[in-house]
Amino acid sequence: MRRDLAQTDVRLDHVTKRFHDVTAVDDLMLDVERGEFFSMLGPSGCGKTTTLRMIAGFEEATGGTIYLGDVDVTNRPPFKRDVNTVFQNYALFPHLNVFENVAFGLRRRRTPNADVRRRVAEFLTLVELPGYERRKPSQLSGGQQQRVALARALINNPRVLLLDEPLGALDLKLRKQMQLELKRIQTDVGITFIYVTHDQEEAMTMSDRIAVMRAGKVEQLGTAEELYERPSTAFVAGFLGVSNLLEGRVVGHSDGAIEVELSGGRRVRAASEGFADGSTVRVGVRPEKLRLEATTDEGQVARAANGSNELVGRVSDASYVGVSTQYVVRLDDGQDVVVYTQNLDISGIGEQHSEGQQVRLSWLPKHTFVIASNNSQDKEMTADAHA
Amino acid sequence: MGRGRIGRLGLLVATIAVLLFMYLPLSLVVAYAFNKSGTQTWPPTGYTLEWVNAALANRGLKDAFMTSVGVALGATLVAMILGSLAAMGVARHRFFGRDSVSFLLVLPISLPGVVTGMALSTTFATTDLPLGVLAIIVGHATFCVVLVYNNVVARLRRVSGTLEEASADLGADSFQTFRFVTFPQMRTAILAGALLAFALSFDEIIVTFFLAGGVKTLPIWIFQSFRLANQVALVNVAGLGAILLSVIPVYIATRLTSDSATVGRT
Amino acid sequence: MDGPPTRSFQRGLAAWMERHSRLRLLLLLGLPLGALILIYFGSLAILFLNAFWQRDTFTGHVLRDFTLENFLDLGRPVFITVTLRTLVLAGAVTLTCAAIAFPIAYYMARVASPRVRGAMVVAVLMPLWASYLIKIYSWKLILSEDGVLNWALTPLGLRGPGFGEVGLWLVFVYLWLPYMILPLFAGLERIPSSILEASADLGARSWTTFRRVILPMAIPAVVAGSIFTFSLTLGDYITPGQIASGKQFIGNLILADFGVPNLPLAAAEALVPLAIMLIYLVIARRMGAFDAL
Repeated sequence: MRRDLAQTDVRLDHVTKRFHDVTAVDDLMLDVERGEFFSMLGPSGCGKTTTLRMIAGFEEATGGTIYLGDVDVTNRPPFKRDVNTVFQNYALFPHLNVFENVAFGLRRRRTPNADVRRRVAEFLTLVELPGYERRKPSQLSGGQQQRVALARALINNPRVLLLDEPLGALDLKLRKQMQLELKRIQTDVGITFIYVTHDQEEAMTMSDRIAVMRAGKVEQLGTAEELYERPSTAFVAGFLGVSNLLEGRVVGHSDGAIEVELSGGRRVRAASEGFADGSTVRVGVRPEKLRLEATTDEGQVARAANGSNELVGRVSDASYVGVSTQYVVRLDDGQDVVVYTQNLDISGIGEQHSEGQQVRLSWLPKHTFVIASNNSQDKEMTADAHA
Repeated sequence: MGRGRIGRLGLLVATIAVLLFMYLPLSLVVAYAFNKSGTQTWPPTGYTLEWVNAALANRGLKDAFMTSVGVALGATLVAMILGSLAAMGVARHRFFGRDSVSFLLVLPISLPGVVTGMALSTTFATTDLPLGVLAIIVGHATFCVVLVYNNVVARLRRVSGTLEEASADLGADSFQTFRFVTFPQMRTAILAGALLAFALSFDEIIVTFFLAGGVKTLPIWIFQSFRLANQVALVNVAGLGAILLSVIPVYIATRLTSDSATVGRT
Repeated sequence: MDGPPTRSFQRGLAAWMERHSRLRLLLLLGLPLGALILIYFGSLAILFLNAFWQRDTFTGHVLRDFTLENFLDLGRPVFITVTLRTLVLAGAVTLTCAAIAFPIAYYMARVASPRVRGAMVVAVLMPLWASYLIKIYSWKLILSEDGVLNWALTPLGLRGPGFGEVGLWLVFVYLWLPYMILPLFAGLERIPSSILEASADLGARSWTTFRRVILPMAIPAVVAGSIFTFSLTLGDYITPGQIASGKQFIGNLILADFGVPNLPLAAAEALVPLAIMLIYLVIARRMGAFDAL
């Protein structure tokens, strides 16, 4: 895991945080690279905000070491750390106007007045709020306050910018717009961003890399694509989008793929390695990777000629949601599979498959991921747990 | 963060010093109430219940005490009714000048007492109404209303108006909503405000002095006893009683309001 | 929904009032505001009128003849001296209360655990309401020649301030201190932790955070507390008489003129502290002190 020190902006080395008898962050190892947009994603209580607050210096680590660059900052107060934070509720100073809010950090470093004026103007332009200098925070909308908070932090040119669910209070449309804008600003200024969120879509939209956290540990770390296409646990599979997980047992290997026999007796292939024959696994496939066709020839499917995996079932629910139609298909063995079909082939109203229709599901082995079936409580987190 | 620890320690020391500053003088009166010599010299010479017994037997003191209790109950009752009405009006309606209502209600308690007392006294003289217990009750009520009002308004603001809408939605008319939803929410706040009003009225002298017209409330009795050498020993005991009778209602009031800060809203 | 017949009148009335919410508001506010305006503001108006009338120098009775003499009398040196002395005292008491209140209010609001905080709120509230006269009396015991203070200071070769202006300042600070602590505590408690974290995050040390963030944000609360420390000092005539009997302050000066009796002059004089407090209240309201109450 160790990377070149010069490229690492933040390093957490066996960092632990305990509140009384609750372990919020558990022996965490994490490297954040220079200039990357790094997200910590997870449900509430997973330790992501606590981790961020330890990097900022608001919480003292119970154990472990925190490095900024190659400097150990574990015991430094916040005002001696070269990081700045954008708070969830913005935390703008209500008694200061926008100008003085943004200038606050510069003033602490006794920056000459002329420089302060120039820099504040520059950063208010960056966040598209020029002309708002004399306003008080209470006179701004939520989105504008958000931008001021961002300018106030960025103006100090920190080594790392920490963002704690900064878009949580905004409405959906504004949030989408701010996501793109945050990414643009991050690219402009080139500062490392560490972004905490519980919104998987938000994390995937902006991040270079994402650490999915759970119970104080990193469950999986990777790019949005890696996490989505190749989740390593049921938790990750369920937290990032919807996935169908089918119980099975590894029955064979062949050129970079394994063959799994599902509980219903059917066999599927998955482009995956590292599972021994005979081990119980769960086979996963995303709903949009499935092709769905009406069929009448029950029981004839074994494996199609093109190497696709195939299963047969009956439509138990169909809902039209505009961009797609979402089906629930009940397999022979009673398991439900969720399928999203693009409404490409539909030319008119009422052309979806109806309930009770017998259908054939097919998908490619390269779209199939496999996770170890060891953790029983993972089961609750699968399939449609996280729509 | 060594400096933070030192700062915190300094803060603790200052806090304890302020608490001592607030409580030492009061405890002195308590000590003197049981002081053998009966004079004001320090240190006390010994322990006795003589003055407590003398105070309990003192007719004038007893009468003054009962007068004060009566006055405080009267003023409290008026304050409860008027304060609750005003609070319901302000908390559940929008109207022009709403912010000014609080301002108006807070004026009697925040303008100089000597002015209030003289103004009320002049009015009673001008209209030929008699001074005495009723006059004192009216005077006290003017500045006690805000104590009930503040407590109830704070409570009603915390309790969402949607509760009342839910009640109406479920078929209750406005009287039923008041009886079964609004009033139960207000009850402890009214009581807390009433206890504060009682404590304030029981203790008041600046305005009372102008309205008494010969009636002796407990504070007036204590004030006049300052000058009478033979009653000085009893002042300590009366003081002990007065402290208890204002402090106990306030203690109960803080228990009644979960948001204890509102009790301080005088 | 058919209620029982006995209920129908009540429901009808309720429905009618529901439709006429202005009327309901009038019923709710009419009595308290009407009584307040009639009795309290009416009294102030009568007092104001009296300031324009004359006094029969022999009987002391008020003659209802218009004059501005009482207002001209406000210009006499002794009244100006007494007014200024009272204002200086009220200012000194207010500042001292604020300075003493800050550490304990800060401790309560931001350091103490919730349990300790609750106990301390009660501990500060109780002396606020404990008998006012007895608190003055306790200080007479402390400040007197053979009182506690001299008893404690004599071994150190010091003497207490005794009865006088310094003693009066001390007693007023003692009397009004809780009025400052409580709003200040509430004001400091309302500052979100994230604001203080943001300050530290942007490079401010504790002292800078205190000066640049906490103090300015606490100002409305201090002003709220100062309404009481200021007004109570201006309106008090008992404490000065008990603790600094040699010196006149505006409260006992007005009381003395009232007792002469010279009501018209006393009324004119009373307008001075009244006007001062009204101006004070209006400014305080502008500064947001009423939100901090």
